[in-house]
Amino acid sequence: MASILGTRVRRVEDGAFLTRGALYTEDVRDGRLAGALHLTLVRSPHAHARIVSIDTSPARESSRVLAVFTAGDLDDVPPQPPSLPMFPPSMAQPLLATGVVRYVGEPVAAVLTADPYLGEDAAELVSVDYDPLPVLTDPVAAAADEILLFPEAGTNTAFDLAVMAAAAAEAAGVELPSAPPDPFGGCEVVVRHVLRNQRIAPAPLEGRAAAAVWEGGRLLLWCSNQGAQAVRQTVSAMIGVPPEDIRMITPDVGGAFGGKFFAEPEHVVCAWAARRVGRPVRWTETRSENLLSMHGRGQVQTITIGGRSDGTLEAYHLDVVQDAGAYPRIGSMLPALTAMMASGVYAIPTVLTTARSVVTNTGPMGAFRGAGRPEATAAIERAVDLFAAAIAMDPAEVRRVNLLPAFDAPVTVPTGTVYDTGDYPKALEAVLTAADYPGLRAEQARRRARGDVRQLGIGLSCYVEITGAGMEAGVFRENSTVEVHGDGSVTVLTGTSPHGQGHATSFAMIVSDRMGIPVDKITLRWGDTDLVPEGAGTGGSRSLQQGGAAVQKTTDELVELARERAARLLEVDVADVEVDLEAAGLRVKGVPGAGVTFAQLAAREELKVRSEFSAPGPTFPFGAHLAVVEVDTESGGAEVVRLVAVDDAGTVLNPLILEGQIHGGLAAGIAQALYEEIRFDTEGNPLTATFADYAIVAATEVPAFELVTMQTPTPYNPLGAKGVGEAGTTGATPAVQNAVVDAVAHLGVRHIDLPTTSQRVWRAIREAAEPSDAAAGGSARP
Amino acid sequence: MKVRVTVNGRERVDDVEPRLLLVHYLRELCGLRAANVGCDTTSCGACTVHVDGEAVKSCTILAVQADGSSVETVESLAGADGALHPVQRAFHEHHALQCGFCTPGMVMAAVDLLRENPRPSEAEVRTGIVGNICRCTGYHNIVAAILAAARGGERALPVQSADEGRPA
Amino acid sequence: MIPAAFDYRRAETVEEALAALSEHGDEAKLVAGGHSLLPMMKLRLAFPSVLVDVGRLSALSYQRVEGDEVAIGALSRHSDLVSSTVLAREVPLLPHVAAHIGDRQIRHRGTIGGSLAHADPAADLPVAVRALGGTVVVQGPAGERRLDVADFFVDYFETALAPDEMVVEVRVPRCGGDGWGYQRFSRRAHDWAIVAVATVGGRVALANMGRVPVRAGATERALAAGATVGEAAALADRDTEPTADGHAEPDYRRHLARLLTRRALESAHGRVPGAAR
Repeated sequence: MASILGTRVRRVEDGAFLTRGALYTEDVRDGRLAGALHLTLVRSPHAHARIVSIDTSPARESSRVLAVFTAGDLDDVPPQPPSLPMFPPSMAQPLLATGVVRYVGEPVAAVLTADPYLGEDAAELVSVDYDPLPVLTDPVAAAADEILLFPEAGTNTAFDLAVMAAAAAEAAGVELPSAPPDPFGGCEVVVRHVLRNQRIAPAPLEGRAAAAVWEGGRLLLWCSNQGAQAVRQTVSAMIGVPPEDIRMITPDVGGAFGGKFFAEPEHVVCAWAARRVGRPVRWTETRSENLLSMHGRGQVQTITIGGRSDGTLEAYHLDVVQDAGAYPRIGSMLPALTAMMASGVYAIPTVLTTARSVVTNTGPMGAFRGAGRPEATAAIERAVDLFAAAIAMDPAEVRRVNLLPAFDAPVTVPTGTVYDTGDYPKALEAVLTAADYPGLRAEQARRRARGDVRQLGIGLSCYVEITGAGMEAGVFRENSTVEVHGDGSVTVLTGTSPHGQGHATSFAMIVSDRMGIPVDKITLRWGDTDLVPEGAGTGGSRSLQQGGAAVQKTTDELVELARERAARLLEVDVADVEVDLEAAGLRVKGVPGAGVTFAQLAAREELKVRSEFSAPGPTFPFGAHLAVVEVDTESGGAEVVRLVAVDDAGTVLNPLILEGQIHGGLAAGIAQALYEEIRFDTEGNPLTATFADYAIVAATEVPAFELVTMQTPTPYNPLGAKGVGEAGTTGATPAVQNAVVDAVAHLGVRHIDLPTTSQRVWRAIREAAEPSDAAAGGSARP
Repeated sequence: MKVRVTVNGRERVDDVEPRLLLVHYLRELCGLRAANVGCDTTSCGACTVHVDGEAVKSCTILAVQADGSSVETVESLAGADGALHPVQRAFHEHHALQCGFCTPGMVMAAVDLLRENPRPSEAEVRTGIVGNICRCTGYHNIVAAILAAARGGERALPVQSADEGRPA
Repeated sequence: MIPAAFDYRRAETVEEALAALSEHGDEAKLVAGGHSLLPMMKLRLAFPSVLVDVGRLSALSYQRVEGDEVAIGALSRHSDLVSSTVLAREVPLLPHVAAHIGDRQIRHRGTIGGSLAHADPAADLPVAVRALGGTVVVQGPAGERRLDVADFFVDYFETALAPDEMVVEVRVPRCGGDGWGYQRFSRRAHDWAIVAVATVGGRVALANMGRVPVRAGATERALAAGATVGEAAALADRDTEPTADGHAEPDYRRHLARLLTRRALESAHGRVPGAAR
């Protein structure tokens, strides 16, 4: 029987999704939620203001409003902990604003109505008197600490990489290497530039939602999330109830992309309100609320890159000012991942990263697909292209000259990060071949010679990224339980939390491969903390390499247990018992007819094993992307006409699902390069709070993708698998940005900031033709 | 107000408030929860259903406006025996859904597109579904699925998925 | 996301609709396809107390030749304009423009009457009708009025309609033999235009270059005086007042107006009267 692993198994999830629809949090119709009230938040219209007074009496007096709450009512919750322990405690976001609001959209009051339609009516009855305060929207300006968002903290800097590194070194009892005094002093060529990696909205199509009910002092909380176990811990700390008194249930989730990792104030207000009024409470945010609240990326990057005129890179410094938004969240910690991946695929001898996260009066910064690594890749790939332009060398050649050579055992790279396996030169050659790079350059040359209005741009990116980094739970492990039932079906429990990634199919394939039980008789369950109390969820592209590996390990242990039982039953030696995949059972070697199925064993005695898999560390998928864009040099409009992607995420378990993950990532990468940006005016008012204003991409904005799969396995798990969910995003954005710049490079353009809107391209062309005093530091204009 | 609507072939009479959106009428009163609400600005298309045989965004239609009309949702597409509609089958075959939130609307938009244009080009498919946002798939497999459904199963999108070599 | 509460009346005839408008005055709004008004109501930017539904007045959905004009019923949907053989033959600019509006679902609901009454200066149909030089036929309690398109659009989202009037018809000249062109520039394919230019028979109109769709008078005069397309198009942004919005600043808008005018004129099918080659 050929192995099912590596084949394009169609998803077992699809049937329900295509016919009656999946069941997302708002769809849940559990009897315990009958008669639920609806929660609507009153949110701040000011980016920074003192709350003078809140008049809730019109709301209280309305017969259609069942309750209204402000911060003062939440007197039975603990002081809110910072969302991660490394952040200043005074910067923790309160459940409802206390005295000061710090971003447009911050929850200020909560109203409960019997019907969701009455919710917005009720919210309008709460009137809040604000006294505006000065607004900070630029993290670089905020870092000067002239206006403090949190006077008690004494600074606007919520996180400093140097401070974290020093603390980690001290805790480990090691000395930090001191930075070289003049890393660029000996370099023939030095290029310095300021880059902007713009704020993006993850914008999963299902926003945040929750439903809460208390039974006998225990909280039952349904929530759209990426990891029930972690959310339970956060809810516990925020509401002041021990985790064992909380049961988290994860319904189907309509996408997350990093925006649904932890509990947020609204989830806890929902749970708290249910306890206070003694009735179930449900909450579903609107898209506008989601676009005010769920953000990612947002780095101002200063790159300095130096080397020789023969293309050899010698030194690279990346300085990051991370926009933390109004209250530091996971986004403020991501520069640590950016630093780990700063030098990417290159053998640059001296690499330095400095980074700090600074609060501003904007939405709290979370994570978005790639979470710190696309930012690193965008910076180094732009830096390499700028360096190539400075020495008038082909960008493919500069990359070729500096790539780390292939390795099949872990190597420590200049940042100190230990990469597991990689073959960057092969990926680069593969993408250049697949795209017909010489042919593209020839076509570009023809169009330039003719002076065509529509010019061709070719952009490259060689990337490596870190997956399974354990940021979600600080560990590289996952657990799994596999149980065979008497009817021959199997239930698998996992600590991962799929929201589109197809684990129900992939993990079933893993079990089926070992036991011969068909995929459609294997059911995966997750996301209910009563069923799976431990787990690290789904994010950072960890699930197959850790969760899938756990499923395989557990299955192997179960098969071992079954072999022992079969041996006793059949009165033979265990060594003579082997798996019979076709029969979905075990047989005695060399004795036809002597065997027992797994189902039969399960019918006699519970056949169930729980196990854990621990990886030695994170893995490093890599690849090379080439984007071909057409730029209308008269209007500045750019369009991606081809995107060729070579991606290597180790051994491929299900190529269909892998391709889907890459496609989604590539589209998100194009979106950041050309279209999407969350913007605020100087008063902190959001300019992109609907899908009409926020340029979320449709099918017309992306091409069909050309994928080339490489498979360089990792030794870190028996599946040989690395993560792939974020690879597309990581590689595509710089490839497209580089392509747009390349399209107009012959007109003298060296850089265009993300997103490379038509207006930016047009201005860049004009600037290059008639340079003014404008700084070469990129532009914050749209 | 009383509204009389034929939903998936069955006529029903309900008493609704004027501001009830058709999408909520379908989800809450009719118990048909496949159509989803994904935005506030008629942008995302997750709520797409057919009214009087044409794809529309049910978040921007009042239930009272649908009085006297017939409405079809994705729940009506599969056969009584569970056999999938060709578009549903193509979505499954081509992995054109991941989280599933956009899927009911996307399928109804695709069915409507193919009814009007049975042999669309790739560009016509992309323009045809411009009113439906997907955040997961990058649209590649959705377009492939629609082209396949149009051509009765053969894969029409030039997807390369070359393998550079299996592990040793 | 949910509109404020309102009362709803369905009108079976134009007279009923007008009676309802008279009764409620400023508090009432007409809804046809609802795809201009309902989105605003859902964001609570508009909150009429009474909605008068004229969506079933199928008698107002037609496209027919009447003399040297084409009469288009106000309830003609964008999808009807796209598929109309009468328009394809007599006013080919309109089906072409209508095909660019929003998406298929929106085109199944939005109407030309609704679009004109909404008066968004960035919208596609108002600028096309402005270039065509048509007439908007309006019904009120005092009877019928005919307004030149030039006088119909008054300001951002404001027309010359009185609160108790409704658009019943749009009349445009038959111009099947004239050169026409339409160029729209937007960020995403389905976005409102940053700038759009419609041209037919030597008339040029601009979308989103002011508070209403405007004619590029200087361009038209230059063409009539024998200027080349390039020379004439360079004047397209004269006497316009483009504003900065989230997507584009005034100088870029002006550039686009000139560029798109040149391209629209170049692409105009057939001969543009007055243009030197």
